[in-house]
Amino acid sequence: MEKTLETKFTYTEKQDTRSGFGDGLLEAGRKNPNVVGLCADLIGSLKMGAFQKEFPERFFQVGIAEANMMGLAAGMSINGKIPFTGTFANFSTGRVYDQIRQSIAYSEKNVKICASHAGLTLGEDGATHQILEDLGMMRMLPNMTVINPCDYNQTKAATMAIAEHEGPVYLRFGRPKWPIFTPTDQKFEIGKAWKMIEGTDVTIFATGHLVWEAVVAEAKLREEGISAEVINIHTIKPLDTEAILESVAKTGACVTAEEHQYNGGLGDSVAQTLARNNPSPQEFIGVDDSFGESGKPTDLLEKYGLNADNIVKAAKKAIARK
Amino acid sequence: MEKLSTEQLKKTASQVRRDILRMVHEVQSGHPGASLGCTEFFVALYFNQMNHKSDFSMEGKGEDLFFLSNGHISPVWYSVLARSGYFNTEELKTFRKIDSRLQGHPATEEGLPGIRIASGSLGQGLSVAIGAAQAKKIDGDEGVVYALMGDGEQQEGQIWEAAMYAPHHKVDNLIATIDFNGQQIDGPTDAVMNLQDLKAKWEAFGWEVIDTLKGNDMESVVAGLEYAKTLLGKGKPVLNLLHTEMGYGVDFMVGTHKWHGIAPSDEQLENALGQLEETLGDY
Repeated sequence: MEKTLETKFTYTEKQDTRSGFGDGLLEAGRKNPNVVGLCADLIGSLKMGAFQKEFPERFFQVGIAEANMMGLAAGMSINGKIPFTGTFANFSTGRVYDQIRQSIAYSEKNVKICASHAGLTLGEDGATHQILEDLGMMRMLPNMTVINPCDYNQTKAATMAIAEHEGPVYLRFGRPKWPIFTPTDQKFEIGKAWKMIEGTDVTIFATGHLVWEAVVAEAKLREEGISAEVINIHTIKPLDTEAILESVAKTGACVTAEEHQYNGGLGDSVAQTLARNNPSPQEFIGVDDSFGESGKPTDLLEKYGLNADNIVKAAKKAIARK
Repeated sequence: MEKLSTEQLKKTASQVRRDILRMVHEVQSGHPGASLGCTEFFVALYFNQMNHKSDFSMEGKGEDLFFLSNGHISPVWYSVLARSGYFNTEELKTFRKIDSRLQGHPATEEGLPGIRIASGSLGQGLSVAIGAAQAKKIDGDEGVVYALMGDGEQQEGQIWEAAMYAPHHKVDNLIATIDFNGQQIDGPTDAVMNLQDLKAKWEAFGWEVIDTLKGNDMESVVAGLEYAKTLLGKGKPVLNLLHTEMGYGVDFMVGTHKWHGIAPSDEQLENALGQLEETLGDY
């Protein structure tokens, strides 16, 4: 019998991160009467139904018209409302980039762009919906905060935190049931990386669903006598460069892991930080300039090289390059 | 603000036209054509129709709000904002120059009083205005929200997303105006991309549509906006089709798309200013 892997974080339950968003939105709505919700015909998929039911006067069905939704949200924010827009990540970014750029980011509007079904783990719907470029697009916009939490609890905490944060935010989450391995009552600090596991040989910077894969990878590396540090980069922008530099100064090599293209996302962000301050070996876990395809989430992560086994290989490679 | 009489409004419009021409001439850049065409509308709005305070607050609670979607006609808006006290008219000199709050297209980043959203990339302003109007409704704020769009801008898809949304949600505290001058950069709208029966389209989307046939006649513009107000609060948004002439007020600029984004030369400026009385003092 195969012996059980001893991960430093464990789970008893799986839940989708989008449900963390839905539950966080409901609580944010209860705490602050200025929170309003808008959705482009995906109330069920975004888990916004509970908010709609409790606050019908603060919820707006927009229909399949995402460009209009971004403008409406910008307009509502002007008199102090805190609009949360909900649709898939693809339609929250690429489809409405100019609306976000002009009416929200440049205009410094307090709009929360909440984006579900991001990345390969959307699964069977295929590449039309599996956006892998969104973090890059949003990160390039001045004034924009970009957040990609890792599980249900962190997504819920992040949702409540962004309601209290003044300024435009892009919050990315996903569809699959995923291990809940972070604490229920965590404090979410925007822009503050979370060192989940201490290590000395290599650092794994991970974001979103791949934080769990990084936790598994750390246990596998430990079995082979390699000490990996795992840092949860839930906020892609503003990036916690201090935490990144401090960790790499100690370990001397790193792996970045994200459900996103190599281009534009976490990997690029970390590489830029290291290039400017402390050039060090870095290996990238992400999608290598290609679109996704239909399939089961875990099969896709394996095919595109985005799981724990690939992180293990990348970590060894990074260490060898020291 | 104190409401100006029609005579005072006309005098103000003449000065605003001088401001527009001088601003665009100074920097040899900007969009005089539709700025001149919409002068009566802006002057009527800010000096007669809107309930607004010149000590600007972004939130604008309890006030009427205005959103400009076709942001390239910033010269007329900047002049009217300055002339109604939002900032000093001296600042009009900085239009489109480096380190200015008067960006080529309106923006909030530099904190120019009177501007609540950036515009210029077309098709977005109506959605913003509808959002602002709904936020007022949530708060029980009785302020009216105004928006201005171009007619060429009607070719943008987002306009029709917004057109469908507002009647569905009964946004009846909103008066949207289309500057219906029949011109766009590449020529007459009929030739570039025919808008067909714009009135029938907006009516079919569920709006209360009115025609202001003389959009460069101050009495008509004021009467049109007055009438539009009487239609509010009845479950439908209001659309005002404002028939204007691009370049109105300057004989060699009127009625053509050629002055959409061209600045006058020294001689042309002198000629144009000779046609417009200096009523409030040039900045």
